[in-house]
Amino acid sequence: MNAMLNILADMGGSFWMPPQASQIAPDVDWLFFFIFWICTFFFLLVLVLLVGFSWKYRYREGQPMLDAPKHSTALELTWTFIPTVIVIVIFFYGFKGYLRMMIPPPDAYEVDVTAHMWDYTFMYPNGQISDDTNLHIPIDTPVVFVMSSTDVLHGFYMPEFRIKRDIVPGRYVKLWVVATKLGTFDLFCTQYCGQDHSSMRRKVIVEPRADFVNWVNNLGGGNMTPPQRGHFLWNTRGCSSCHSVDGTWTGKAPTWKDLYGSTVHNVDGDHLADENYLLDVISHPNIHPIASFQPIMPPTEGLVNDKDIADIIAYIKTLSKNYHAALPVVKPAKK
Amino acid sequence: MSTAQSISHRESKPDNYLTHSRGFLSWALTLDHKRIGLMYLVFVLAAFLFGGTFAELLRTSLLTPNHWMFPSNYPIHTADAALNVANATLNAAHDTEAKLFYNNMFSLHGAVMVFMFIIPAVPAVLGNFILPMMLGAKDVAFPRLNLMSFYIYLIGACFVSWVLMGGILRILFGLHVPFGYGLDTGWTFYTPFSTSKAEDGMVAVVAGVFILGFSSILTGVNFIATIHTLRPRGMTWFRMPLFLWALYATSIIQILATPVLAITLLLLLAERLLHVGIFDSSIGGDPVLFQHFFWFYSHPAVYIMILPGMGVISEVISVHSRKHIFGYNFIAFSSVALALLGFLVWGHHLFVAGQSNLADSIFSLLTFSVAIPSAVKVFNWLATLYRGSIRFTPAMLYSLGFILLFTIGGLTGLFLGALETDVPLHDTYFVIAHFHYVMVGSMVFAFLSGMYHWYPKMSGKMCNQNWGRFAAILLFIGFNVTFFPQFIMGAHGMPRRWATYPAEFQPYHIISTIGAYIMAISLITVALNWLTGLLWGRKAPANPWGGNSLEWHTSSPPPHDNFLVPPVADDPYNLAAWEYDASIDGWVLRKTDPVPAPPDRTRPVAH
Repeated sequence: MNAMLNILADMGGSFWMPPQASQIAPDVDWLFFFIFWICTFFFLLVLVLLVGFSWKYRYREGQPMLDAPKHSTALELTWTFIPTVIVIVIFFYGFKGYLRMMIPPPDAYEVDVTAHMWDYTFMYPNGQISDDTNLHIPIDTPVVFVMSSTDVLHGFYMPEFRIKRDIVPGRYVKLWVVATKLGTFDLFCTQYCGQDHSSMRRKVIVEPRADFVNWVNNLGGGNMTPPQRGHFLWNTRGCSSCHSVDGTWTGKAPTWKDLYGSTVHNVDGDHLADENYLLDVISHPNIHPIASFQPIMPPTEGLVNDKDIADIIAYIKTLSKNYHAALPVVKPAKK
Repeated sequence: MSTAQSISHRESKPDNYLTHSRGFLSWALTLDHKRIGLMYLVFVLAAFLFGGTFAELLRTSLLTPNHWMFPSNYPIHTADAALNVANATLNAAHDTEAKLFYNNMFSLHGAVMVFMFIIPAVPAVLGNFILPMMLGAKDVAFPRLNLMSFYIYLIGACFVSWVLMGGILRILFGLHVPFGYGLDTGWTFYTPFSTSKAEDGMVAVVAGVFILGFSSILTGVNFIATIHTLRPRGMTWFRMPLFLWALYATSIIQILATPVLAITLLLLLAERLLHVGIFDSSIGGDPVLFQHFFWFYSHPAVYIMILPGMGVISEVISVHSRKHIFGYNFIAFSSVALALLGFLVWGHHLFVAGQSNLADSIFSLLTFSVAIPSAVKVFNWLATLYRGSIRFTPAMLYSLGFILLFTIGGLTGLFLGALETDVPLHDTYFVIAHFHYVMVGSMVFAFLSGMYHWYPKMSGKMCNQNWGRFAAILLFIGFNVTFFPQFIMGAHGMPRRWATYPAEFQPYHIISTIGAYIMAISLITVALNWLTGLLWGRKAPANPWGGNSLEWHTSSPPPHDNFLVPPVADDPYNLAAWEYDASIDGWVLRKTDPVPAPPDRTRPVAH
């Protein structure tokens, strides 16, 4: 029964607002509805006066003109003064809540967020990156997101948490939250960032603290073979948002299928895609541009280390028909 | 010119500005503010048509969560592996096309509507036509500058159209026009995307907007000079019609703010073409600086758009309810207050963009200050209706619609001005709905109201009032169906500028798109209404509504020089000076006016 109620509560939210999942959310909603009822009152006032006057004083044939004052200083000062008081009150509440929303407590748990076209990378204090592209955070714990962008402006918006901040390249931006509800919530990019802006959505998974600690400690994929780890990195470091591994044309970057050992027609001439070529283009993105793609690969410095690059190259090789895992067939020498 | 004048005087038919001279050059080289106003009207309406078409297209593509116009749901889990890869490739290609299409549509919609329609609509069309006549003048102070402003507007429009033409050439014939393909930055051109990643059509559009700005500045200069120097005998500052106060306030903003936009756009081009690091952090700039520069113009520009509309409403509400405007001084001063306060609030566009908490707080407080003059205006208009004799003409219906929609647009601004509630609502459809209530619900309604109000004066014809009423009511309904659901989905978290979206938002999007189609039907009705009026309409009397500002003191359409004798101004809202004459279905000056009646200016006087 309780579970049913919880699901219903999760689905709904109110007519105006999504469900509340953070400490600040009830606060924000309280101010929202405070302003909402003020607005409703004034709109109804205007509506009643407008419709009432329009009907009562509509033109009718033969009706004499009525006398009316051309101005009334007392009345006009009244409707200057009342809105002034109301907006100052609204400002004050908005300001108070905003300070609570913006200033993180000093002991908050840090998650590094790196945004790039069109994905986020979430790095935890142990230096590991979330392995399922989702943002995991513990419940009832202040978490501060230290955010930066490697290319253009991005947004970081969690509707159920009522928080948002633009991520600005060239600086760090902070945002914090205390999640109060277990479950999966939305994370949207709200600052236009090019072609796939609307695909830049991730999920936020709020977990019990013990589960979260367990999850963080098992990040990293240490026991994999290099090609397995390369596949894991492809999936988790954003490669997969542009490079396919099955030959699909994504329109953004070449596929990795059969790339190794092929000849690549770059703007600066043809290259054989051997290990050194792959090393070059992974560590210096866009160094050999291809005419049919925009040079949009984000900088990889700091995102992948030498071991990571080696594993990715190992993985790319296994995808190619030009890579021979088996012993070559030895032909008997001709006599 | 003088030959043409003397010929027309010999004819029995009275001369008017439309028949005064003939031929293409008599229009292309005219210095007559009325003809320039009409030429602006043609191009502004063309821009409105294009911007509206883009809007309908983008609303249509938002009918489903995954752009049904470019299907990308071909099966990829069939038994045939080759088919799976082929389908996946097709899906990815369609997905890319669909997103490019949507991103270009919303960018073009914004850029064309803001820079080529809303900003020039009321000042350049109605202002040009009516301002000198309200002043009893023959023309604006600098007629040649006025013509030049028009041509600068045309040149700017050509630059913006370059992208449209380039896009069509590329799609149909595969031709590459330099700087001629694609605008995918949004109308705000935010850096570093616009200077490092965007399609190069952005260069042509930014250059076009730069040029359009000069048209706006020069029109502002012209109006200010005209209002200062050409007021007639009897017209003190506080006897000016409120439309002129609104245009005066608007002109001040145009002169002070537009140069900042021009500088910003030049810096943008310098960064894009010469790679000078100003806004792009990867070459030493600051993206937030661009937003400060851009909104320093673009927030005051909101008042460039809305203030002249408010001026129109003050005229229409008074005339069509046969009432002296209530609280003239408060309305006049609130226009000036909005113009000045409008300069101090640009930071509210940056509440979540990375400006300091201190700046956020100060800008929030300043932002609320603009609510006060707005509220004053609304209540003064309502008080004008009190004890009036209200005629539900199309012009009046649009004005009443304006008051309701502007009230909603203004009140929802309170959510966005308050810092705490702005944070979740910023950059969502809540903001889209809010500013469309102000830009479309208010500005476009005011423009249509003014057009219906002055249509007889401009064309000399009456258009069918019942069709006009029908279109006005339909537009009001269509507008609310389109934009009210956007408040709800925005509050639920639907971000703006998304080509695709989670399925939970689809019901709101469908309702919104249906509303957009209703609006299209209503606006087509308006266009047909004006055209049929032009072709078959009854001849308009000099004063069809009984207004007392000076443009109603001359014939419809007015003669080339506007007035045959220089008029003397009295209180522009002294509507009691006129009485209805059923024989001409118009208003004539009351013979028993206690104030000595000025000479009858409705009839031509023999020279």
